[in-house]
Amino acid sequence: MSFTPDIRVFCCHYTSQQAIAEGLAGLKNDGFPPNATIERLLCSGKLQVSTILKAFEDGADGVCVVGCPVNECHNLMGSQRAAHRVLAVRKALNELGVEGERIEMFHLPRGFHPEFVEAVKQLDERTRGMGPSPFNGGTAK
Amino acid sequence: MIIAERKPVDEIVEMVSGVKRVLVLGCRGCVSICSAGGEREVEILASLLRLGASKQGRTLETIEATLVRQCDREYIEGIDQWAGQYDAIVSMACGVGVNFIANLRPLDVVYPGVNTSFFGGSADQGIWTEQCAGCGNCVLHLTGGLCPVARCAKSLMNGPCGGSVGGRCEIHKEVPCIWQAIHDRLDRTGRKEDMSRIAPIRDWSAAGHGGPRKQVRDDLTV
Repeated sequence: MSFTPDIRVFCCHYTSQQAIAEGLAGLKNDGFPPNATIERLLCSGKLQVSTILKAFEDGADGVCVVGCPVNECHNLMGSQRAAHRVLAVRKALNELGVEGERIEMFHLPRGFHPEFVEAVKQLDERTRGMGPSPFNGGTAK
Repeated sequence: MIIAERKPVDEIVEMVSGVKRVLVLGCRGCVSICSAGGEREVEILASLLRLGASKQGRTLETIEATLVRQCDREYIEGIDQWAGQYDAIVSMACGVGVNFIANLRPLDVVYPGVNTSFFGGSADQGIWTEQCAGCGNCVLHLTGGLCPVARCAKSLMNGPCGGSVGGRCEIHKEVPCIWQAIHDRLDRTGRKEDMSRIAPIRDWSAAGHGGPRKQVRDDLTV
């Protein structure tokens, strides 16, 4: 049975410049999964654990967080903080018996680049392999 | 402050598996400072409990709230404002808060949301270390301000033991030998003579070995 996952992308102002410049139509031409929605943040360090969990509550099957390279964050420590929060969510998902791999942190260069699209495609493909989120009636593998 | 950490989520989900409405109750005291049971952690746990219930194919209603403290009667009375709106309380305060709710609200079901760990301080961001054992008979005036009861793995009163190597504890190599630190500090502060003092056999009756402790201040009671 085909399954189209609900992918939520949280990305910082700087790593989403491509998304903003091209618009959704342009991204689609680049191969950006149409089932992924982008929420742009001033900095990935602004992303709270509760916001990520809310995404899962709202039906996300996978969550992709994109921030600056570890030691090159525009706001110094923002992407490192985001990575720590992603790990906290992973741990909590595992404790609930749900695959922690449903969330991933990507550290990508700022500006225009194909890696942004690839990161979301990677998370999309991984999530398709896992199936629907157990919070949405799926079964953890 | 009292250091705590959230219990594994599955453990708490199991506690509330039989209820439909939960009051997730934080505390703005110590557990807020150590990021275990303040407003932010209440929001996170409530979300996780709802997700846990969803995974079980059921719906869980949550109320998220935080009291100024859960170790004072007057704040516990504030729970009245949610009367009739919950089937159980998950307290994110330390064990004192859970006990106070149980003491003062005989009909409420209360579960602990955190494990209460120790009395400690913030050694670095996100890192807390034990500093005091609450043993009821402080000897810090003799030990340069460093506590051998809480910080020596063997709670020795005359140390260091033979296992201290290079200033490190034999129990945990990453832990400094507190007795080495006590000697170094006494030396540094011109109190070398204190090193040769033999501490007498300690009376542990004040350390809780005789049952729950109680303190009464006549100047404060009404």
